Amino acid sequence: MADLASKLPLSPAPITPEQLEQGSSLWSDAWARLRKNKLALGSLFMFILIGLFCVVGPWLSPYDSQAQNLFAGAEGPSADHWFGTDTLGRDLMVRVMEGGRISLLVGLVATSVSLLIGVVYGATAGYIGGKVDAGMMRFVDLLYALPFTIFVILLMVAFGRSLWLMFVAIGCVEWLTMARIVRAGVIDLKKQEFVEAAVSLGLSNRRIILRHLIPNVLGPVIVIATLTVPAVMLLEAFLSFLGLGVQPPNASWGVLINEGQQNMEIFAWLLIFPAFFFALTLFCLNFLGDGLRDALDPKSAGD
Amino acid sequence: MALLEVSGLTTHFHTRNGVVRAVDGVSFSVDRGETLGIVGESGSGKSVTCYSLLRLIPEPPGRIESGTAMFDGQDLLQMTQAQLRQVRGKRISMIFQDPMTSLNPYLRISTQLVEALQVHSDIDDKAALAKAIAALEEVGIPEASRRVRSYPHEFSGGMRQRVMIAMALITDPDLLIADEPTTALDVTVQAQILEIIRQRQEKLGTAVILVTHDLGVVAGTCDKVNVMYAGRIMESGTAEQVFYEARHPYTRALQKTIPSLQKKGQKLFTIPGLPPDLAKPITGCAFYPRCPYPKVAGPVGDVPVLRDLGNGHCHAECHFCDSTAPIESVLPEDLAEDAVVGDAAPAEGGAA
Repeated sequence: MADLASKLPLSPAPITPEQLEQGSSLWSDAWARLRKNKLALGSLFMFILIGLFCVVGPWLSPYDSQAQNLFAGAEGPSADHWFGTDTLGRDLMVRVMEGGRISLLVGLVATSVSLLIGVVYGATAGYIGGKVDAGMMRFVDLLYALPFTIFVILLMVAFGRSLWLMFVAIGCVEWLTMARIVRAGVIDLKKQEFVEAAVSLGLSNRRIILRHLIPNVLGPVIVIATLTVPAVMLLEAFLSFLGLGVQPPNASWGVLINEGQQNMEIFAWLLIFPAFFFALTLFCLNFLGDGLRDALDPKSAGD
Repeated sequence: MALLEVSGLTTHFHTRNGVVRAVDGVSFSVDRGETLGIVGESGSGKSVTCYSLLRLIPEPPGRIESGTAMFDGQDLLQMTQAQLRQVRGKRISMIFQDPMTSLNPYLRISTQLVEALQVHSDIDDKAALAKAIAALEEVGIPEASRRVRSYPHEFSGGMRQRVMIAMALITDPDLLIADEPTTALDVTVQAQILEIIRQRQEKLGTAVILVTHDLGVVAGTCDKVNVMYAGRIMESGTAEQVFYEARHPYTRALQKTIPSLQKKGQKLFTIPGLPPDLAKPITGCAFYPRCPYPKVAGPVGDVPVLRDLGNGHCHAECHFCDSTAPIESVLPEDLAEDAVVGDAAPAEGGAA
């Protein structure tokens, strides 16, 4: 035992990057588990397809989403207009694509905003603890207590309608849950020895939060994020439905569904196509979120 | 002057059930290159003493009430957070009990080793990585240059504790605090880890505070020993003094509990009773209720003071019990009876 160290090569040959074993991180393990989950992987694939359809589609389509053609109003699906046209003769397929752009943009941007604020806020509150934590979380409670619809209406009245305002409004609401989840996770982690070890190494609070705590709570956070995207899209649809969100002639899936439901007894396709894409996206994200939850936390997987 | 001089260290926890006096007026010193062992039962304040030195006690509920810890001329207990960060990891490092949880599971070993280095010195990534690999080699991790990019979960417990040691020593600290570094490991690995700590200490001249409840470990590795009980030091001195000339009943009783020093087939000796509830004030000797010696005075009175025998060997003055006789003479009867039963059944034991 005494000569254990002396038996080892003391002057190693210079290392080349190829020689470095990269190790398999918990992330790559999780990815391996996710790949086995057909439903989640299919959902991810489908979600990417929908995204491509919405982002690239309008450039390939011969139609302009806002060009009206009253002679071709409210026609059913045909070879010219695959999804048919709406009551003003606009091609529904292009409108679904462009509506998807807005809906996905709202979903992703608002989720990212809420992710950023929520994670940093929650981790800080949880790590520092004590009075700081109490104060910060009471502020969260305060925002929780604000009725969402009234809050948005007030914002709209004060600043006028705009897409960016909607990001702010939705982001303001969605980061609260994120902050609570991250805070709970960090409080749990704080007691673990690696955090103590990090303190004993002389690391600053900032560094401990950013480098040691946040990566450890990212698992649940990613899951919540994938489930937040559909929630945000629903909120956007709800706001647009109330006339507070995206305004015609711009379209979002919420707006299109609203228009569709007004005419659904006569021109059913106006409701069916946007609703189909919306529902499909929500399904995909929910399945993906479920799959991620199982992949990132093998303990919760049923088998 | 010693590298670290702790005097009157008192750490209390203010809980809902009252004030827990986890550490109550502890004084000791550690010199460069020296190993100090702190032994005692669970809850005797060993770990809290160490955590207090680096101010790792969660505050609240914990609070360092009084005392000084002069480290190289500076009082650790009076430092600002910024000053503390300069000391932590750079001049005083710590190894924790459970290697399974003391490494960040999401960061590569290399990242964690390099971080410890880069926080305290201006060293470029390449040099830091080279140093990290060298540090891993020095603690006996085979193929360190390849494995440095691994993640903690790819290492066994013993390997992880080696990584922890490498991480703690990579900055060449003056003092290493090892809080039960081998408790979570199996016996063969324990010896290796202690050997590595000893080797590194010899090479770097690091002072070591080794917290343990394993007296065998203390006997084998420590120069000086503090025996703690109920947040106080019961006896201190060189390892020889504490082991061969133990004065305090608690130290003697602790030694009796070492299984390998007992006869085969004999019932293992345990100190009867439980350590006192530290949330209640203790008068007199904290060990009084469990002391096997004949009582000569009631448990009330002042807390015994440490008496120095003149050669650095100190022990809490024991004037509540008559502790002049060797401990064997005052052990309970049933131990002797069990010894007979044990001797009568060697055939059974041999067959099994």
